[in-house]
Amino acid sequence: MPTTLTNEEIQRYSRHLILPEVGMEGQIKLKDAKVLLVGTGGLGAPLALYLAAAGVGTIGLVDFDVVDASNLQRQVIHGTKDIDRPKIDSAADSMLDINPNLKIVKHEVPLTSENAKEIVEQYDMVADGTDNCPTRYLVNDVCVLTGKPNIYGSIFRFEGQASVFATEDGPCYRCLYPEPPPPGLVPSCAEGGVLGILPGVIGLIQATEVVKMILGIGQTLQGRLMLYDALNMKFRELKLRRNPDCPSGKCSVVKELIDYKQFCGIPDVPPAPVASAGDLEVTEVKSMIDSGEDFILVDVREPHEYQIASISKATLIPLGQLPMRLSELSKDSNIVCHCKSGVRSAKAVDLLKQSGYLRVRNMKGGILGWSDKVDPSVPKY
Amino acid sequence: MAKILIPTPLRQFTGGADTIEASGATVGELLAALTTNHPDIKKNLFNDEGKLRSFVNIYVNDEDIRYLSKEATEVAAGDTVSIIPSIAGGR
Repeated sequence: MPTTLTNEEIQRYSRHLILPEVGMEGQIKLKDAKVLLVGTGGLGAPLALYLAAAGVGTIGLVDFDVVDASNLQRQVIHGTKDIDRPKIDSAADSMLDINPNLKIVKHEVPLTSENAKEIVEQYDMVADGTDNCPTRYLVNDVCVLTGKPNIYGSIFRFEGQASVFATEDGPCYRCLYPEPPPPGLVPSCAEGGVLGILPGVIGLIQATEVVKMILGIGQTLQGRLMLYDALNMKFRELKLRRNPDCPSGKCSVVKELIDYKQFCGIPDVPPAPVASAGDLEVTEVKSMIDSGEDFILVDVREPHEYQIASISKATLIPLGQLPMRLSELSKDSNIVCHCKSGVRSAKAVDLLKQSGYLRVRNMKGGILGWSDKVDPSVPKY
Repeated sequence: MAKILIPTPLRQFTGGADTIEASGATVGELLAALTTNHPDIKKNLFNDEGKLRSFVNIYVNDEDIRYLSKEATEVAAGDTVSIIPSIAGGR
């Protein structure tokens, strides 16, 4: 039976219906469309809200995370009341509140090489709002293999990228980035921070491309990489070319789904934190302070982190400056290093030991542990 | 002189600068000038054999140097050279 619009829908979509480029025909295309959103975070939030409002009939959501207070600065689909709820439930509630006509399909699982094809095959196209290298390549490859366009966006600090990949004749993510960078060479988003508004801009560029592709109007970002610089408010675009070895409709690189963690150089089991016998618990450091023990507490975080939260005894020497500032620390002093969670301070301890410091230990758990176990008035960030 | 646009993840190696002016007739010469003045950026752009890393995309204006003459691509005064790194953030 051909899809029709109810009177309620005609009223709801009237501003679309009076646009000749959309009209009844276009709105029915939107209603018939099935779009998969991978991630309901920074990019997924604006995508989901606007696609729901625009009347995209079936929206699949892939997410298995829960809402955290630190998400709310940018993931506008979730509210304060949703903290600790599954993101997929919180997102679905917001979308259905805007548009109860929607069909939402929840995939509350991580997208993997095993389940990706089965999930993606149910949709017309995929909007990628993921946040890590393995899933980026997985989404790309499954789109290439199933012939579904990949509406791509990514963000970092003040900068964003958007494009449309894996259309029949267009380039894919691997045409732009044949190989992933080794882990650790570029800082992750959680380390680097992100301007809260940035994913709104990039997510809505993706949403625009989704709607245009469903309607078959305008020129998409196929073959172009849009770069957005929020600090200087500049949009630029670069030409993207399909790998010359790939004939139309066929990719010469992607043959099957692989182990993407391995491809991105990420070990399956994260290496155990380098615990050395000399590590101290936060409570032990607290006792050392209380008993007046003679030691130097070195905070190796960045100055802007120190401003958020600090331990009063600590001396700030950011990890990056440590090699140049060794003269400030006497070789025979008793030193304890700390950071946010204990990873950077472990590096600092290694560096100091290599530089000839003998009495140097790491405070496990960092200032987050300090807030949990010693002083809850220290905020966690 | 041509402009090299430094992407956010690499600005930590250029003292925060988002644009570096450098002289050179080719992309290779410009990047050599960049890494001479900012040695810390080198390992992010080149591998141990001194070859451009495959995940680093270099554009002259809006064209990928892979489809021009790679590092021998000529750069005229006023051209813009962009380094496009992969960024994965989305949440």
